Amino acid sequence: MLTILFDGVAYGMLLFVLAVGLCVTLGLMNFINLAHGAFAMAGGYLTVVLLNKFGVSFYLCLPAAFVFCAILGAVLERTLYVRLYDKSHLDQVLFSIAIIFMSIATVDYFMGASQQIVNLPPSLQGRLEFLGASVGVYRLFVIIICGLMTIALQYALARTRFGSRLRAAVDDGRVARGMGIDVTKIFAITFAVGSGLAGLGGALGTGILSLYPTFPLKYMILFLIVISVGGTTTITGPFFASILLGVADVTGKYFLPSFGGFFIYTIMVAVLILRPQGLFVRGASR
Amino acid sequence: MSAVDVKAPANGATARLSLLAGARWRWYEIAFWIVVPSLYFLAPTKLTLLSEILILGLLALSIDLVLGFAGIVTLGQGGFFGLGAYAAALMAKWGAGTAPLSDPLLGLAVAAGVAGIAGFLTSFLVLRGSDLTRLMVTLGLALIVDETANKMKWLTGGSDGLQGVLPAPVLGVWDFDLYGRVAFCYALAVLFVLFLVARQITKSPFGLSLQAIKGNPLRARTIGMPVNARLVAIYTIGAMFAGVAGGLLAQTTQFASPDMVAFHRSADALLILIFGGAGYLYGGLIGAGVFRVMQDILSNITPQYWQFWLGLVLLMLVLFVRGGILGLLRATRDRFFPPSSDKAAP
Repeated sequence: MLTILFDGVAYGMLLFVLAVGLCVTLGLMNFINLAHGAFAMAGGYLTVVLLNKFGVSFYLCLPAAFVFCAILGAVLERTLYVRLYDKSHLDQVLFSIAIIFMSIATVDYFMGASQQIVNLPPSLQGRLEFLGASVGVYRLFVIIICGLMTIALQYALARTRFGSRLRAAVDDGRVARGMGIDVTKIFAITFAVGSGLAGLGGALGTGILSLYPTFPLKYMILFLIVISVGGTTTITGPFFASILLGVADVTGKYFLPSFGGFFIYTIMVAVLILRPQGLFVRGASR
Repeated sequence: MSAVDVKAPANGATARLSLLAGARWRWYEIAFWIVVPSLYFLAPTKLTLLSEILILGLLALSIDLVLGFAGIVTLGQGGFFGLGAYAAALMAKWGAGTAPLSDPLLGLAVAAGVAGIAGFLTSFLVLRGSDLTRLMVTLGLALIVDETANKMKWLTGGSDGLQGVLPAPVLGVWDFDLYGRVAFCYALAVLFVLFLVARQITKSPFGLSLQAIKGNPLRARTIGMPVNARLVAIYTIGAMFAGVAGGLLAQTTQFASPDMVAFHRSADALLILIFGGAGYLYGGLIGAGVFRVMQDILSNITPQYWQFWLGLVLLMLVLFVRGGILGLLRATRDRFFPPSSDKAAP
């Protein structure tokens, strides 16, 4: 029982790191980037290539995936995304669906359609006995990394100068600009960091999530559920939503496998019915 | 004071005249409905593909009603499509190919009814919140339908699909043949009738009020329009249209599977509409043709990677072209023949 709970938490933490970039672009910049999963996929595939083809250590792959996806995100943000900030939500959705299609086909072209398997380093394999539950070392590692990331993010947003500037830019972009804050630059950096986090999540998750070209479509739905359940105005909302979702999904699949994805979809719709106003307050009021 | 009183009836008459003028058939509309049936003779070997295009066009039309005219962003029309498909398929299956229960038109009516009820019930969820919430709720609902179809094996056959769908002959006379002749004519007839209905809806005062709501919901509310009731109505109608489209697909392919509900169905239909141009009624139909033909050609050149080119075209459309193919045509026409009045419709 504890093992299932633990797996759920690990899955949830992973979801959070994957989705948090989307929270930022969606909630803070009011941009619907359905293609967020494509960055996660890029991170995952980079890890696979580095690890399996070049024999780079898994621990080095993680920062590499972060940096790679952050740069990728920054380039795309400057060249393409920036044109869509002031367009309608529908245009943004179509645009990101186009990106998803292109990324799926590109990955398919270079890597093939089959699922990719990574060989985790021996130090991350095996299980530990912990409080009477058997715990996978890899999942413990995931929880630790994701936990550190969450704390760092929360700190950066709440305590640093960049964080306060970002919050100012989000609350009222025009006034922030008037006060001499370079809003465009802040958004670009934020987008890059969000993409980088997705890449890191993708790299971390190669052992838990299944990595094949339709990854962005499959996990897009999960990300959206995290966002819709947790809201986009805070970091903590999506965090708890991810944990809840992870635990619900894992326990649901364990105890009632015949229901499959029902659990999480039902949670999503139930939350949307019960708290429709609380979810996208910021999106609706702007 | 008196000037207003004298003018008021005149205004009413003008409004009626302008409504009637907007509803007049134009030469290109007539040409369109001559060209499409003539494809039966021009491309007799491609009838299966053509029926599929017609059905996709109908699905895109249903999204056009909801999105292009009323401005409700939806990613879940595939859910209603799938409900309709399963409803019609099950009717045909239970009737085992004999008249009363397996009658295709009855099947379509049931499909429309089931999808319409689902649309009506879910419309209240969809009305809440912003574009974003709507996208999510519609997507979530379609996913639930998808998952239900997958899991209710005893009813739907699960992921293997529903076999043994045998619709009775259309109107008791024309049986579905291998070459898709009857299927094409049947789909075309249904599409045409529903198109007329959709056209009537959008040209009516009701349709105009929807466009007003799309333009500015707050203002529409303040001049006394029952905004929510109107949106519920059009969403339900859109769901029924999508249900009929699904029913048509199930009947003409004699099959129903969770693939008909899947996310890509909703996304494709939305893309088709955007390709063609939203808010013109014809956008979905033309978009469906262009989309399927393009898909056919591209997947012949690069069997696996045509999605890349699809994505690229879509990207270009979003970035550089407003309003899809029809929007492009209209912009070209306006450039060379500047419109004499503002009412140069579609």
